[in-house]
Amino acid sequence: MSLIDGLARLEAVSTGRAQPRATARHRHLSQRPLVLVPLTTAGEAGAPLGALVGTERTSPRLLVVPQPRDRDLRFAFLSELAEIVLPYVDSFAGDVEAAERSETDPETSKRVKVEVELCADAPQLIVPSRAGIEFVRLLGRSMRFRRTAEQDPDAPYPAPPRVPLLGRWLTHFGERARVPGSSLLLAMTELLSRHWATGQSSLEDQHLGALLAWIEAPEGTSGAEAAFRAELARDEAGQLLCPPAGPATDPAFDNTLLAPAMERYDRARSALAAAEDGVAADVGLAALTAAEQEIHALIDSRTRPTWDAVWRGLDALCTLPVAAHDADRWTRDRWSFTGHRDRVVAGEPPQPRVDDAVTAANKLATREREQSRLEAQEALDDPLVMAGRRLAGEAFAGEVTEVVMAYSEAKSPRPRPLVTVRTDDRPHLGERTKVYRALGGKPQTAEFVAYEGEGVVVLRLTDKMGRGKEPDPGSVPEKGDRICWTLFEHEQRGGPKLPDPEETPWTHGGPPAETAERPDPVTAEDTL
Amino acid sequence: MPAPPRRRTALRQRLAELRGPDVPARPLDARALAALAANPGCSRRSLLDGAGVDKTVLAQSLGAPSGFGQSQFAFMRGNAFEARVKADGGAELLRLTHRFLGGGPEPVPGGSAVPDLAAAGPEGRAARTALALREATASDGWTLLDHPMLALDVAGTPAFLEPDAVVVHPDGGWTVVEIKSFPMIDGSADAAKVGAAARQSAVYALALEQVAARIEPAPEIHHHVLLVCPKDFSNLPTASAIDVRKQLSVTRRQLARLTRVEDIAAELPEGTTFDVRRPAAELTAAVEAVPAAYAPECLSACELAFHCRARAREQGEVTALGRSIRGELGGLTSIDDVLSAASGATGDPDDPAVATLRRAAELRAEALAGEAAACH
Repeated sequence: MSLIDGLARLEAVSTGRAQPRATARHRHLSQRPLVLVPLTTAGEAGAPLGALVGTERTSPRLLVVPQPRDRDLRFAFLSELAEIVLPYVDSFAGDVEAAERSETDPETSKRVKVEVELCADAPQLIVPSRAGIEFVRLLGRSMRFRRTAEQDPDAPYPAPPRVPLLGRWLTHFGERARVPGSSLLLAMTELLSRHWATGQSSLEDQHLGALLAWIEAPEGTSGAEAAFRAELARDEAGQLLCPPAGPATDPAFDNTLLAPAMERYDRARSALAAAEDGVAADVGLAALTAAEQEIHALIDSRTRPTWDAVWRGLDALCTLPVAAHDADRWTRDRWSFTGHRDRVVAGEPPQPRVDDAVTAANKLATREREQSRLEAQEALDDPLVMAGRRLAGEAFAGEVTEVVMAYSEAKSPRPRPLVTVRTDDRPHLGERTKVYRALGGKPQTAEFVAYEGEGVVVLRLTDKMGRGKEPDPGSVPEKGDRICWTLFEHEQRGGPKLPDPEETPWTHGGPPAETAERPDPVTAEDTL
Repeated sequence: MPAPPRRRTALRQRLAELRGPDVPARPLDARALAALAANPGCSRRSLLDGAGVDKTVLAQSLGAPSGFGQSQFAFMRGNAFEARVKADGGAELLRLTHRFLGGGPEPVPGGSAVPDLAAAGPEGRAARTALALREATASDGWTLLDHPMLALDVAGTPAFLEPDAVVVHPDGGWTVVEIKSFPMIDGSADAAKVGAAARQSAVYALALEQVAARIEPAPEIHHHVLLVCPKDFSNLPTASAIDVRKQLSVTRRQLARLTRVEDIAAELPEGTTFDVRRPAAELTAAVEAVPAAYAPECLSACELAFHCRARAREQGEVTALGRSIRGELGGLTSIDDVLSAASGATGDPDDPAVATLRRAAELRAEALAGEAAACH
């Protein structure tokens, strides 16, 4: 954590309320996000317990697995989830705009522009916490290799239709969430802690209730106390007043409420199965419905507070103005969404278990590039973030005190004006270090010439001044201008091009296997 | 070097007094080992774990109960998985050990030894384990030790440890086996959980070294431990050999640098006790008598964390917000000191930490006031 953010935390402690870490909203928020609050069964891998899901704040759908060890009930849950998520995703697939993409022509191997479709908007999933993102990935992995009865009539325990497709989409969302600055799948705790500093540690910030308590504390009240209550307060039955945002549940809830309710459900089910006549079956069915309702109510009581918290978090975020580069990053998300839509439509197999060497290298390069891009864009969009970079010596702001016209020594001399800047910052400038400033949305480059005394920097402008001997009007700063120069580049260059996966050299494992991935082996008992 | 017998007895007696009369010492469980790794410099943790005090009950008595608990679902699954792995005389477990670590011919189902390690008290079980290890090393077959008991000298006191299993290979080598119920999906598992398992296993390997040192010739202890987890979304076991050389050397160094428990105990006022049957006020005073080094990492590793956190917050300690913040602030340790130095009220302007802090405060205030130079 940088010193400036640390200072914000200290201020939060002394004022009792969260302090801003940003003056703009640096992540895209959709007009119609799909909020998903999942719960999982402790100890089991990818055995959902229930979820609240929906796009409407006031009317979420509650999905429950009354007995997570029962494969059929889990499939029923996933099937219902697919019926909510897939129509939502599809609603963005149809609305497209024309866009251009440069591709390499296979015959001439030249870069040519190709007309392609780009979805006008993209779906956005919001989960409460980082662990929720991991859970979405896990669900995606558990579903995408399943076979439906239609795909493979001999498959043991076939999955309901659409479940494998849901797995592929959730995998895509989970994979995209690893790209810095992407917004297809977001965790509310990360969104909030990106924009506010609380008076607790970043570890404690992972508790959505406590984090929100700091941010929402009204003037004059103590956010620390509210956060403490949210974190630890229990009712007389020993249950947390503010249940954890999940997907893991509180052990006390599991042991004292959920386990007995599940036991009643199991008993009611076996009683119904053993019923010998119509009357006994009716009684059994009523008992089973009651037991199921009880579990529904329990799951609702644990997910509803988190559901509300996520929406209150969205309210808080909406008070911030949108950052200037938000649209640029969201366009990349739209490309990512359109790309996966096209792969699904083209009938490509699900994402492999392990990426081949070329895909893995490409993904890593993308994440690194997007990380640098995000850092640069956040700083340019937000003076508070820029302040951190200035403190670190990676940028400096100051007033132009003198501009002297000069020319290069080439055959046809080009303008290379010398600009003197007075600054209080302490940038790490070495000989001919390149610095950049934003000029009409594009970066203009200058290089460091010399110090002319304490805090007086002489720079030589080197580009964006037009073709003529005289610089274009407005392209050279004037005396008295206040300008912020950065030592980092504003735009990121792409890395070297990698070969197609089919051309992977033997040093990197050779081309990937042609055969599609086999489904996971299934056993009669898949839980313990 | 082990302490002379008389001093040892005196220390043991002193620790028994701290624990309270007729309270049995708690063995170091996985959480205590994690706490040792997360915060080796904390005297409070060191003393309480060294004396074998039940910190869960102590935290309850102090009015700051720990948030740890285990869901019965997870508990049942963990036990069921371990039982499954060790079923049939450990046939599956030995097969996995052979596949990943070798060390002899393939084990024949039913042809390996599973000695009975039951005995009275932790000391008795540790002695029984040492004997079984000696016998198994002399034999030339596979031996599975199910829940052996090991003793390790931690800060001058013997701590008892109970690994899930230790396998003795036909070639005489020993391997620590750790059975966890988190899944290994497509050959990889949660890095944080694997790291914790590796640190835990390294402590077991260290304890095994002490047993091995008393055998002539000393058997080899594998630097790879076997981590057994469920495969993907099934209940079938799969395993991975984890190199714990790094964790071994880290733990060895941490253990060597620990302030000796007897030194910490010597600083305490006469009559101090952590007997949880004493009134809360007395216990609070006793706990306060031992200095703690709270950091947010304690929350996931130590039962007393909420108590220490409340104290750290009361005293405005900067570390309560995270160790990384503390690192940037030089000699300033309290929140009030930092804020007053940042505002220019106190502090030496020639101190580079203070100068940077003031600059940070200025820049932050300027950016929030919207006076910063626009970058366009």
